[in-house]
Amino acid sequence: MTRYILQRLALLPLLMLIYSFVIFAIIQAPPGDFLTAYVATLASSGSSLSAEQIAALRSQYGLDQPFIVQYFLWLKHLFHGDFGLSLEYQRPNAELIGEQLGLTLALALFSFVLTWVIAIPAGIYSATHPRSWIDHALTVVNYIGVATPNFMLALILMWVAFAYFDISVTGLFSEEYVNAPWSVGRVWDLLGHIWLPALVLGIAGTARLSRIMRANLLDELNKPYVVTARAKGMREWRLVLRYPVRLAFNPLVSTIGWYLPLLFSGSLIVATVMNLPNIGPLLLRALINQDMYLAGGILLIYSFLTVVGTLLSDVALAMIDPRIRVER
Amino acid sequence: MTTVDIAGGKEAEDRIAVASNWKLVWWRFRRHHLAMASGVLLILMYLVVVAPSFFSTQDPERTDATKAFIPPQSIHLFDDGRLAPWVPGVVGKRNPTTLRMEWATDPNKKVPVTFFARGFHWRLFGLIGTDLHLIGPVDPKERIFLLGSDRLGRDQWSRIMHGTQTSMTVGLVAVALSVILGVVLGGISGYVGGKTDQLIQRLIELLQSVPTIPIWLALSAALPRDWTPIQVFFAITVILSLVGWTTLGREVRGRFLALREEDFVLAARLAGCSRMRIILRHMVPTFLSHIIATSSLAIPVMIINETSLSFLGIAIRPPAISWGVLLQEAQNIQTLALAPWLLLPGLVVIVAVLAFNLVGDGLRDAADPYSH
Repeated sequence: MTRYILQRLALLPLLMLIYSFVIFAIIQAPPGDFLTAYVATLASSGSSLSAEQIAALRSQYGLDQPFIVQYFLWLKHLFHGDFGLSLEYQRPNAELIGEQLGLTLALALFSFVLTWVIAIPAGIYSATHPRSWIDHALTVVNYIGVATPNFMLALILMWVAFAYFDISVTGLFSEEYVNAPWSVGRVWDLLGHIWLPALVLGIAGTARLSRIMRANLLDELNKPYVVTARAKGMREWRLVLRYPVRLAFNPLVSTIGWYLPLLFSGSLIVATVMNLPNIGPLLLRALINQDMYLAGGILLIYSFLTVVGTLLSDVALAMIDPRIRVER
Repeated sequence: MTTVDIAGGKEAEDRIAVASNWKLVWWRFRRHHLAMASGVLLILMYLVVVAPSFFSTQDPERTDATKAFIPPQSIHLFDDGRLAPWVPGVVGKRNPTTLRMEWATDPNKKVPVTFFARGFHWRLFGLIGTDLHLIGPVDPKERIFLLGSDRLGRDQWSRIMHGTQTSMTVGLVAVALSVILGVVLGGISGYVGGKTDQLIQRLIELLQSVPTIPIWLALSAALPRDWTPIQVFFAITVILSLVGWTTLGREVRGRFLALREEDFVLAARLAGCSRMRIILRHMVPTFLSHIIATSSLAIPVMIINETSLSFLGIAIRPPAISWGVLLQEAQNIQTLALAPWLLLPGLVVIVAVLAFNLVGDGLRDAADPYSH
């Protein structure tokens, strides 16, 4: 087991290296560079730089170097934990990202937990009561949930809350806690707000997972060992939970591999619409304003989260299913 | 294969015995009523794609600040018991405290409408000029707003028609590109094997573990600002299909690997068929129905992706119209509370995606002879 995990961990730096190169190529792609955008920002605020100053800055940031040299410069800075300076906020990028990273992770993980907590019981119930009205209702919810884009759901919720209940459901904190330091009250406040965006983010996944759970469990429930256990007089709910549910669980664990990364990158849209503190809206602004090192830093974080999410799922799968370890 | 349940009796059995694979798929698909209904709906939507202006009542770009936020005007078919369709006229009054225009229906004014009305001039495929529209006011100078108007007084109904053209085509073209990439690369991977297979498999793994939405955003943002809407459109489809082909590529590869060892492939080889003929005539037809089912399930995903990216203001950009661009108008909650009809394009998205999913599910069940 340890060997397997170590093998996978060894691949991680290589993957990140490939991603960093691709990301650098993408953020370099728009015409102009960091400085042209910077000069334009300055010009719009009334101040300007002389040609010499621009040239000096250009060589300071290595912008006069060829692409590949610039890439290695960027990489070198990254190794020292230096994500560069944001031209829009005039602050270190590492600081900007760090402020919102925790809440970004919290939203995705909370949504993940919520998904499983809802999907598993729903799946078990519809498998043990097929064709009941709850089962049918869940089928309908499944279709609608998969067909509704996240941002639509967020918009509808915000509109209903605003127009009919006169409450605003944007943000993750009440007004008095937005800039407050962490305290028990602030965590409590966060829990009171985070469940709605988490639900919006996870609704499609919840629908899909509960359907997978239902299908898996239905296959298991017809097997002879279930009949045997029932014939021996085992109580029904104990029987279901002890054997078939555990077997039906395995394929679900393998979905973590695509689901967790999906939540990380999907939170971008929900966070933008609902105005949440999150690295997603930060990325969007950075891309629009050509704040390229900030955008590059955030894209790198997303890639890292995605790779780690996939890794976690593979490790979890290897833990509960020994056959996977043997194969490799 | 289910044979008896399509129709009983000897005659029916004979019919099934000689039916081609496609006929069997069609018979099975036809039994899915929901999928059939969705299929009809999709055909209607693609009619709109062919000629959105024919279904519009107004030029989608026509602005008029004095006609902002008019609520939807519903069509009444009968007037005094006679078939004479009309829509109620509206009058606007400025609210003295909020200074906002407030629209109310004018009980005295009926705007008669007619089918195949004359209206603004448009060109079918950019060639044949006409001013014919499916529905419109009898008097071409009148303006009707079947689904209301937006903040610039543009007609939402006509804009949805034109948005349908863009959004439904993006999904189709992006999936077509994914299918081509997936079948070619997956086919090579599965048929050639060895080092090529290894290389393509690693590439797929790499692409499948990128954070899709952020990377799509970054790529779309990198598109030059001075590109024409057509250029942007094709760039977006290419960007979307970059990741989209991997699932299909994997599936095709798996099929090729399994089929390579089958007896009928061996028989074809012994009979002296060329490699190309074995692939195209013997192997591909066995899983073609699967490819079609999988791709019809991929289209709605592409539509949702395009809509989300355009909504964030980064894929299809105004003046081009897509469902996502229309929904940008609904971004502001205060505006939305006053003009909830601005959410209607979202309803169209949901209906279209739902229809594609139902058709895709129906096709998948119909294409798989072992599913029942």
